[in-house]
Amino acid sequence: MNLNSLTIAAARTAVQEQKTTALALAEAHYARIQKEDGQIGAYLTLSKERALEQADKIDRMAAEGKPLPPLGGVPVGIKDVMSTRGVRTTAGSKSLENYAPPYDCTAVARMEAAGAVVLGKLNCDEFAMGSSNENSAYRPVRNPRDLSRVPGGSSGGSAAAVAADMAVVTLGSDTGGSIRQPASFCGVVGLMPTYGRVSRYGLIAFASSLDHIGPLTKTVKDAAIVLRTIAGRDPMDATSADVPVPDYVAELEKPVHGKPVREMKVGVAKEYFGEGLDDEVRQSVEAAIDKLKGLGCEIVPVSLPHTPYAIPTYYLIATAEASANLARYDGVRYSRRAHRVKTLSEMYRRSRDEGFGAEVKRRIMLGTYALSAGYYDAYYLKAQKVRTLLTRDFDEAFRKVDAIVTPTSPTAAFRLGEKSNDPLAMYLADIYTVTADLAGIPGISIPCGETKEKLPIGLQILGKHFDESSILRLAYAYEQA
Amino acid sequence: MKVTDKDVAYVADLANLELTPEERSGMLRDLNSILEYVDRLNELDTSNVPPMAQVSDRYGSNGYGVDEAKQGSERFAYASREDVVDGLRKSLPHDEALANAPDADEDFFRVPKVIER
Repeated sequence: MNLNSLTIAAARTAVQEQKTTALALAEAHYARIQKEDGQIGAYLTLSKERALEQADKIDRMAAEGKPLPPLGGVPVGIKDVMSTRGVRTTAGSKSLENYAPPYDCTAVARMEAAGAVVLGKLNCDEFAMGSSNENSAYRPVRNPRDLSRVPGGSSGGSAAAVAADMAVVTLGSDTGGSIRQPASFCGVVGLMPTYGRVSRYGLIAFASSLDHIGPLTKTVKDAAIVLRTIAGRDPMDATSADVPVPDYVAELEKPVHGKPVREMKVGVAKEYFGEGLDDEVRQSVEAAIDKLKGLGCEIVPVSLPHTPYAIPTYYLIATAEASANLARYDGVRYSRRAHRVKTLSEMYRRSRDEGFGAEVKRRIMLGTYALSAGYYDAYYLKAQKVRTLLTRDFDEAFRKVDAIVTPTSPTAAFRLGEKSNDPLAMYLADIYTVTADLAGIPGISIPCGETKEKLPIGLQILGKHFDESSILRLAYAYEQA
Repeated sequence: MKVTDKDVAYVADLANLELTPEERSGMLRDLNSILEYVDRLNELDTSNVPPMAQVSDRYGSNGYGVDEAKQGSERFAYASREDVVDGLRKSLPHDEALANAPDADEDFFRVPKVIER
């Protein structure tokens, strides 16, 4: 048995039946990290003590013949924007270089309560701001499929760790595409749930009205298992929704919420196939659409006419929210403080100057500008109104269809350095993903082929609010076919 | 050019950033190029479109618990709780709350004098 290539169910069963141990699984993954991660750079911090303690607990349960919880003994990695009690949490920023949170993120706590073994914390763009992982203050992550290329971002470490078998599953966060785009670049599954489906408590905030936590996995079923584990109302997050959590795993094959795949209407929007879409990506996605047709889906043209306005809307709203959220890094309570400062105001400014990287400063500046007196209406308020229009597009489309399929990203993984000097070109890497964040609808990216250079291509499936069941079912049917 | 050197200095001050001269000139270039790009939003007539600050602004009664029949903060009554000490969890002990502080004594965060700017 190769301990590094198991799914959740296979890993749990192997531990339950004592064919292996949670300890052996954790150690096999640490060995793999030791061997491979020097060149990939997915992990920033390993939490061995915590992992081995949890593995021991699971192994004792298995030895006593007790039924293991759904993720019993499964080695997982956590994006370093999720707080882990006593385990360094940097958000990829120098400003949190030595920060050890005093509490756990709800999603992490739920994973551990379900038996998961947290191996460590995963590299990401600083404060989740980026599309290539080159904005990490520590080191860029490299794509396991081609080390000269980026893994995508901002959850690049989360995607690379799964792709390189350095975790069975990982948690990432998605504010403008940060789960789905790296999943697409690394050839894994990435699920962004509905806004509010998963608590954001303990997630280091980037843009609070857009931030989502979700899984990156090797299979669609694993994504369903993780979602079932982390979803549901949490009193610690007032925006977490009080909507019952279906059994997403059972729903993969037996629909209670929504329709069977053969009865589904699947929308295709021409706005997602226009200028800028790479030919090989287009061909793969069109082939995937044909395959869905073969599964009995009815393919229906839909229109999302405001799509060209999504990126500007996103960058105004996300940066405005970020400028407020990042005000807390003032060098007083937990973030880096500059030395040899005379006054409080000098301390704030110099601490932030030293702690933040170029992209974070750029976004704080843009967001502060968009919110400042005289510009609020022209930029921030305008963007909020266009957000309504973008959301109405989806409302209209989802009156006709059960899901919408698109490419996840206009290109496969690009090279390190290719876009790092042009912020706008980098922002356009998220052109097909940001709108779902703005509307709050769920989306999943699944592998749908490769370019001639063997780079993975992702198919994105978008669904209605709280209808993760339908997009998971469609993704599962595609994956199994 | 929409943004000037003066604007960059003003916004940096609002954001509590100092920025080196090189960073300021880079910021001037980047902000202008991004703002030029976002100007395409003005192609849209939004005079009768309500703003959306939160997903719950449009889908509040669809699972987020917002009571659309109520006014103001009452709409969000679902998110409130009794105002009691240690309502959802115990407060952190001082030593834990102060453990990550760059400078602290036993009870307080320590900062430079606040009188002088």
